[in-house]
Amino acid sequence: MEAAGQLAKEGFEVSLVEKDKETGGHIKDWYKLFPDRRNSSEVRDYLEKKVSSKSIRILTGTSIEKIISNKESFSLVTQDGTELKADAVIVATGFDLFKSARKEEYGYGIYDNVITSADLEAMFRKGKITMSDGMPPKTVGFVHCVGSRDEKAGNFYCSKLCCVTAVKQAIEVREHLPESKVFSFYMDMRMGGAYYEELYREAQEVWGINFIRGKVSEASESINNKIVIKVEDTLAGRPLKMELDLLVLMAGMEMSEGGNKIAELSGLKKGENRFFAPLDHHIANNLSSMKGVFYAGTCTAPMNITETISHARSAVSEVVNYFNNTNS
Amino acid sequence: MKLEGKKAIWSEYQKEIADDRYFYVRSCVRQNFFPGSETAFLKIMRKELEKDVYEHPCHTTCTGIGYHGDIVPVETAMTVVARQFSLMTEAGYENLVPSCITSFGLYTEILDTWHHFPEVEEKIRKQLKKATGREFSKPKNLAHASDVIYKFRKEISTKAKFKLINKNTGEPLKVVDHIGCHYAKMFPSKGIGGAEYPYVLGGMVEEWGGKVIDYPERRHCCGFGFRQYLVQANRGFSIACSKEKFESMRPFKPDMIITNCPGCPMFLDRWQYVINEMEGRRYGQNGEGIPVFTYEEVAGLVLGYDPWDLGLQMHQTDCEPVLDKMGIEYDPDEKYNTSIPDGKVKISGLVNV
Repeated sequence: MEAAGQLAKEGFEVSLVEKDKETGGHIKDWYKLFPDRRNSSEVRDYLEKKVSSKSIRILTGTSIEKIISNKESFSLVTQDGTELKADAVIVATGFDLFKSARKEEYGYGIYDNVITSADLEAMFRKGKITMSDGMPPKTVGFVHCVGSRDEKAGNFYCSKLCCVTAVKQAIEVREHLPESKVFSFYMDMRMGGAYYEELYREAQEVWGINFIRGKVSEASESINNKIVIKVEDTLAGRPLKMELDLLVLMAGMEMSEGGNKIAELSGLKKGENRFFAPLDHHIANNLSSMKGVFYAGTCTAPMNITETISHARSAVSEVVNYFNNTNS
Repeated sequence: MKLEGKKAIWSEYQKEIADDRYFYVRSCVRQNFFPGSETAFLKIMRKELEKDVYEHPCHTTCTGIGYHGDIVPVETAMTVVARQFSLMTEAGYENLVPSCITSFGLYTEILDTWHHFPEVEEKIRKQLKKATGREFSKPKNLAHASDVIYKFRKEISTKAKFKLINKNTGEPLKVVDHIGCHYAKMFPSKGIGGAEYPYVLGGMVEEWGGKVIDYPERRHCCGFGFRQYLVQANRGFSIACSKEKFESMRPFKPDMIITNCPGCPMFLDRWQYVINEMEGRRYGQNGEGIPVFTYEEVAGLVLGYDPWDLGLQMHQTDCEPVLDKMGIEYDPDEKYNTSIPDGKVKISGLVNV
């Protein structure tokens, strides 16, 4: 959306194809954003305003089914047969959340009170955090790195946002349920962003969140419908077994299904992390292996919103350069 | 608990199990632990299901316990296993069915290793040839004996004389299914239902009328972790493991435990007796223990075999509570009766079937 808005601002005619019924991607499902916990709707409103230009044609609820590359232009055909002619293409297919049921040992989709970070955001949006029986949880645990830094899941990479999201959500749980006890089980706390470390400190000092360094090995269900977890507290050097009312899985990021489909249709190269592989990670991060095709955002790697918007803007800059060079 | 979630996982972890002509390899230890089980398997397969099951008299240990106990080097284990394969090849069979979970795990591991490192397979072939003059083909199908019973669970159900149902209440018996660690924990794709929510025993239990209990320590070792038990100084860990499981399953009030590994029924059975002796604590209802069975014993009971022919008198935790619930008639006086009129010793009614 940011790239479309910027392109329109530069005077280009833009077609924006969105597979969902509405634009906004994952942000429309989120409650508040880290690190300042502003309402996500503010950013979404900004983006919606950005694509309200008359130069942008938005096609929602459809996806690209065919890509034909001509010499210096592209023909893209949507599901309903609409043909879009373009001189350049920006791929901004984003990411999918890791399907937490793949980590079978955590019992997502099996145990009633095992949820994902996205499920918790939905609860925040409704203003009510409950267990499956409708009661508020007294003890909540967060499992970091679900599907990230995980050889078994096939994802060696760090999804980068889950640590700070867990910190944000842990605080929000305490805000909603002041009597609750919150535990966060992490491998490393990767607070590599502006004001992330401060948020982490606040979580400990102000909100009393218990951060335990250790990977949860398994979850199961007790006769009282509590979630029983096993984890090694690696700082104390001891195994730990505890009962929780609610277990939240911090699902990582993966190449989106839409992105995979585009990769298949176009032959664009993917990296070892299965995201799109930019031409050069340092100096050509928006360029693809195909002339006239550019990347914006998390289709190339996990990014936060700030980085995604910056990446989209730099993609537009590359498109402008491309046309200047093509036309000169 | 959402059963649909488990069903989704079960549907992903299915495997091909041969339909007939099995080369059956017995366990080193099962005939000492629960001698009726393997015999019951053979009777069910040959008499009830009319399948061709072959046993070779020259079959030896697979060395799995020694291998996992760090006593037998992997190449030695591979060469011994290669010899078992050569016996199978010699007999004209292609479908290998081990009775032991650790054997199944070792065979699976070796075949997978050879798949990824064919040069290792070649080396083992040369070693076997040099040592014994033998050659071999790899099995076309490898399934644990419990996989085979799982495959034919419906056929067994059609012949059932008894169900896993409490005849007094009409309720399904609540069954703890305990899966041997080497069944799927090493290679989840090789086990029915995978490693986290195995279905191989659960499928039998459900088909025969029972209900499986999911309790927190369901994945925990039975107590026969080789280094826990085989090293005498570690035996406290062994009984502690079993106790952890009993304490965890107790609130669910299980009627029985079903297992598919040589060691698991032994330890879950014997340690209940020991814990009772040590602490006066029992885990079943009405001051009783929780009866522990092998899957062959359960299949045999369902098919109406005599409990004492199945060798249930060898269990240290009495099995009678389950027999009573299922409505199986038995003669208590025959339980330990080994004498027969002609003076010969009666071992089991299932022998020589």
